[in-house]
Amino acid sequence: MPHRLEITLKDELFDAEGESVRKKAKSYFNINIKKIRVIYVVTIDADLSDKQLEKIQTEIFTNPVTQVSSFLPLDMDFDWSIWVGYRPGVKDNPGSTAVEAIEDVLGIKFKSSEAVYTSKRFCIKAENLLLEDMERIAGELLSNDIIQQKKIYKKQNWNSQKGIGFIVPKVMLNHTPTVTTIPVDTDSCLEKISIERNLALNSGDIPVIRAYFQDEKVKSERTEKGLSDPTDIELEYISQARSDHCNHNTFQGHFVYRDADTGAEEEINSLFKTCIEAPTLLLKEKKDWVISVLWDNAGVGRFDEDHNYVITGETHNSPSNMEAYGGAITGIVGVYRDPLGTGKGSKLVMGGYGFCVGNRDYNGPLVPKLHPRRLLDGVIEGVRDGGNKSGIPTTFGQVIFNNCYLGKCLVFVTAIGIMPAKIQGMPAHLKKTCPGDLIIMCGGRVGKDGIHGVTASSEIFSESTPAGHVQIGDPYTQKKMHDFILEAANEGLISFITDNGGGGLSSSIGESALFSGGCHVELEKVPLKYEGLDQWEIWISESQERMTVAVNPENVNRFLELSKLHAVESTVIGTYTDSGKLHITYDNKTCAYIDLKFLASGFPKWEFEAQWQPPEKRGLFEPVLKEPADYNRLLMDLLSRPNICSKEWISRQYDHEVQGGSVIKPLAGVRRDVNSDAAVIRPLLDSKKGIAFAQALLPFYSKIDAWHMTQCTVDEAVRRLIAVGADLEHIGGVDNFCWPNIAYHPKDNPDGKFKAAQLVHSCKALKEICLAYEIPLLSGKDSMYVDGNLKGAYGEMHKVSALETLQFSAVSVVDDINKCVSMDIKIPGDSVYIIGDTRNESGASEYYEHLGYVGSNVPEVHLEESAALYKALSASIKKGIIASAHGIYRGGLGVHLTMTAMAGELGMNINLADVPCKDVDRNDVILFSESSGRFIITVNPENRQSLEKIFKGLSWACIGEVTADKRLIINGVDKIKIADVKVVDLKKAWQEPFGGLI
Amino acid sequence: MKEVKALVLSGYGLNCDYETAYALELAGATAVRVHINSLVSGMVKLEDFQIMVFGGGFSWGDDHGAGVIQAVRIKTKLGDNLLKFVENQGLILGICNGFQTLVNLGLLPGFDLFKKDIKPQSSMKRSVALINNDSGNFRDQWVNLKIDSDSPCIFTKDLDFMELPVRHGEGKFYSDDLTIRHLIDGRQVVARYALPDGSPAEKKFPLNPNGSEYDIAGICDPTGRIFGLMPHPEAFNHPTNHPDWTLNREKTKRKHNADSLTSVSGIKIFQNAVDFIRKI
Repeated sequence: MPHRLEITLKDELFDAEGESVRKKAKSYFNINIKKIRVIYVVTIDADLSDKQLEKIQTEIFTNPVTQVSSFLPLDMDFDWSIWVGYRPGVKDNPGSTAVEAIEDVLGIKFKSSEAVYTSKRFCIKAENLLLEDMERIAGELLSNDIIQQKKIYKKQNWNSQKGIGFIVPKVMLNHTPTVTTIPVDTDSCLEKISIERNLALNSGDIPVIRAYFQDEKVKSERTEKGLSDPTDIELEYISQARSDHCNHNTFQGHFVYRDADTGAEEEINSLFKTCIEAPTLLLKEKKDWVISVLWDNAGVGRFDEDHNYVITGETHNSPSNMEAYGGAITGIVGVYRDPLGTGKGSKLVMGGYGFCVGNRDYNGPLVPKLHPRRLLDGVIEGVRDGGNKSGIPTTFGQVIFNNCYLGKCLVFVTAIGIMPAKIQGMPAHLKKTCPGDLIIMCGGRVGKDGIHGVTASSEIFSESTPAGHVQIGDPYTQKKMHDFILEAANEGLISFITDNGGGGLSSSIGESALFSGGCHVELEKVPLKYEGLDQWEIWISESQERMTVAVNPENVNRFLELSKLHAVESTVIGTYTDSGKLHITYDNKTCAYIDLKFLASGFPKWEFEAQWQPPEKRGLFEPVLKEPADYNRLLMDLLSRPNICSKEWISRQYDHEVQGGSVIKPLAGVRRDVNSDAAVIRPLLDSKKGIAFAQALLPFYSKIDAWHMTQCTVDEAVRRLIAVGADLEHIGGVDNFCWPNIAYHPKDNPDGKFKAAQLVHSCKALKEICLAYEIPLLSGKDSMYVDGNLKGAYGEMHKVSALETLQFSAVSVVDDINKCVSMDIKIPGDSVYIIGDTRNESGASEYYEHLGYVGSNVPEVHLEESAALYKALSASIKKGIIASAHGIYRGGLGVHLTMTAMAGELGMNINLADVPCKDVDRNDVILFSESSGRFIITVNPENRQSLEKIFKGLSWACIGEVTADKRLIINGVDKIKIADVKVVDLKKAWQEPFGGLI
Repeated sequence: MKEVKALVLSGYGLNCDYETAYALELAGATAVRVHINSLVSGMVKLEDFQIMVFGGGFSWGDDHGAGVIQAVRIKTKLGDNLLKFVENQGLILGICNGFQTLVNLGLLPGFDLFKKDIKPQSSMKRSVALINNDSGNFRDQWVNLKIDSDSPCIFTKDLDFMELPVRHGEGKFYSDDLTIRHLIDGRQVVARYALPDGSPAEKKFPLNPNGSEYDIAGICDPTGRIFGLMPHPEAFNHPTNHPDWTLNREKTKRKHNADSLTSVSGIKIFQNAVDFIRKI
């Protein structure tokens, strides 16, 4: 019989969780609640005696100082009570740790049928509220029906003896695992099955698949193993491997690009090969610090003689869009497995994030799955728990608000790790599986979760998207595994390691078996969360926190011994072979037998038509706009815009100092509240070398041309690194493309050809700037289909496509962290310089957006000019003559002068007439144009001469000085004062929009 | 010089073990990261060490109260060994999650520890708690700490004021008034959240980042050999850890005075522990 323990804080204690729900109900829905108190419910579905129950009640679940608890419903006063618990099969992390604790205290072992489930009951005191108010709070604040169930009780209907009853969300499948054979008589028959089973097979692939299974040689080999037509597990394997998510069909596709204006035509075979792989391989030859690129889970660069760093970036858009917390925590915990599975394993040292969501206060007619405010809350919390509980500092991140992300939000997560250069004399970045190596699955167990996650993220989100692919990451289980893997790697026990992410075992084993040339998997050995999974489900389940490791039989005992010490489950589930076959058995019966080479053979490329329309053909022109008169107010209003204003509340929730190597923190300045240009850490505490890391997101410019969006984004990420003291000689990049569907369809995607042309532009621009700045692309991913279908005011459905978005992450090694520079102005009397030209480039700027324009003069990157400036700034920083350095980014010079002044809590006296410009004579353009390649630096006047030597011949100028009087004073091009604001007022405007959030 | 051996717990979601060991090494100790299971299984013996650190992290995911399950495991499997360790002049430091664990173990405030008339196991009693921050959220920020220089605490000898980062969601120190009075009277309140001038924060957010009663950031037991605090001294192991280091560097340059660089005060806590052991 299950037991239910209710636990709550003593009456006299402040309930912070309840209070934060109360505040949100007020600010989100204007629902007035007097008080909310939270009851934690622990349901123990195990055979325990009264004495045992009392022991765990007092020793584990009740803090005598602060809590009361009872196995009967707690007698807490309420007008309404809302209970929220997980649905069956959803990962209940506290439930699992409760089992560990109970086993410890009682010295018992839970049976496989026994478990603990946690849930919450909110007791709400409020007058005159209706059931619909409660439903709103329960459904839009406290739970998400995809993963949770809820019950609402009115005071009058509450049974004080029975309470919520005994709710045991146990998965009971009562199903005998079955392999199904699928007939492939005709293409249409396979197509039909593909739709029925949600295989998402590409129609072009279907004849190739059929031809394989009808091949006589294949048939006879299969007959020997007792197989005929393909089994469901085989088709699932093919479907996973051929999905756009795993196979990058779009980037490998064949493009016919046409310029509608000039008529010029071009064919491109694989954007990946031509624009990403080719420049990176070229640069790898040139830069000896590039260690390993383009094949592993993450790219590898040299940190010092004995260590390499590892970097990769991922997105987790579709799941986050449906269940923000679960999607985001799974995303960040998931990307942390990539460095762990790179080479023979890396220690994680830093993480980053990028969120793109609809406006937080959106109140238009479209109905997204989750309101952007709630979505952002969930995403922030997911990355918080995932990062913090992993013990990895989250040092850098950005948020972009734009209603184009209402259809699907973007959640970027980036991970950096560090590995020894060699383990036992062998390069640690190399790995391979050998015939005879054992296949070991480590970490979590396999359940139904995440099935078809990969194929679902390769589809446009619609009402019929299966929700089953949303999971809740478990950083605790993964942290244990991380510690264990690193110890095993250091002892030389690991031959090969990779993570189980998209596609589960199907991808991890399928790909790792290519090295040895085959594998034999005994599927019945895979530990399951619960019985009753079909073989194909075990094979493709994306249950999280799992690694696949190849271990030489000689090392297996020590490997399993270490695993036990770290309380990590590791199971031998098969052997790598050189049979050429992917061979899967279940209880000794073959259920899959496919040539590993099959996936590399004969599948047709995806075809895309790309058609470019220049901005003026799309009706984009510069606005007819005369100069403003009130710059004080304009500046303050720009500072209050969501994409400019302070988002300190997010950075503060993220542990950005764990591991003890923080050098440049996310927030800088006297009050530590203004964003740094980049993050710098000291990953090896006894070394003075650092890793600098920054990201950029500038989707706005795609409105005009994704070419310039791309180059400006890369340039910003690079400038961010230069500003803190990195060197252009060593910058590695990670490209994360998030694009709307580019496949043309006259009804469903009429502008598909243009979106495809934008992708072509973006990739070519990326290639150009990477070659010019010499940035190898250490890693990258693409997530297509950033579209959503949303209901409007009249029940009509709208397709909402995101702006073409690229997140670019840049990483560098800083030789001496003691030379790093922060962005805050520091000493009154210092000279303020601008580096780089300001041009008439307000197109798609924050300024234009504020006034309701797009314009057409999008910022461009002047590659050679900029590179020369960056080298000069790096040299000056190394010389120690720069007091502060800050890039000029979104919002332009006016906004970023303000940033440096707010950080330093000092004033500035600025002369716009002295700003280095090209063809600009207007104050508003100088202040708000978003030209690339520029910095604001402050310098001790004593250093003027040494600086002049370094910058000789370059575009730079002194434009004013730092003042003790805390005002920002700006004199216009005609030397008349146009703005004069107290820095404290600027800061107020900048902090106000999200200032109440914690 | 006498070797001082320090044990830093690791495993089960703890995550500050590397930098804590590094800080101890900087202070001159020989530090070993030891998995909780190696200690409870007896593979590693506590008596081979003089300093034990319960470090920061999220042991058991912080589920069911931060530090609760770690305390349960340690108490069940090690129990009296810890008391013997302290009785034999061993030092125990709990940082953040470690502080939460010491409080749940009943080693802090430890009013009844080593009293002859009380059995060792029942002397480990929970009487204070670290609960959810009043803000309802995790928070990373630097705080000012006023140190009670008259406290018996070994770790804070000769310290009066320091700045350290806090990084927690459950750091609000809570107890009844009588217990807090008792702590104050026994000079067991070692560190309080403060203003930059050292005066108490008086619960003002964010100076007091979590709403702790009496601005308590850290306490010791009556012997001063067990110390727990929410802020992270190991995270201030290098001048560049301090948020103002670039500003301080610039100010120093202008004074042409190379000596006044940001001092690394986090290490002093570990240094005091090592010095104490060396002098025994």
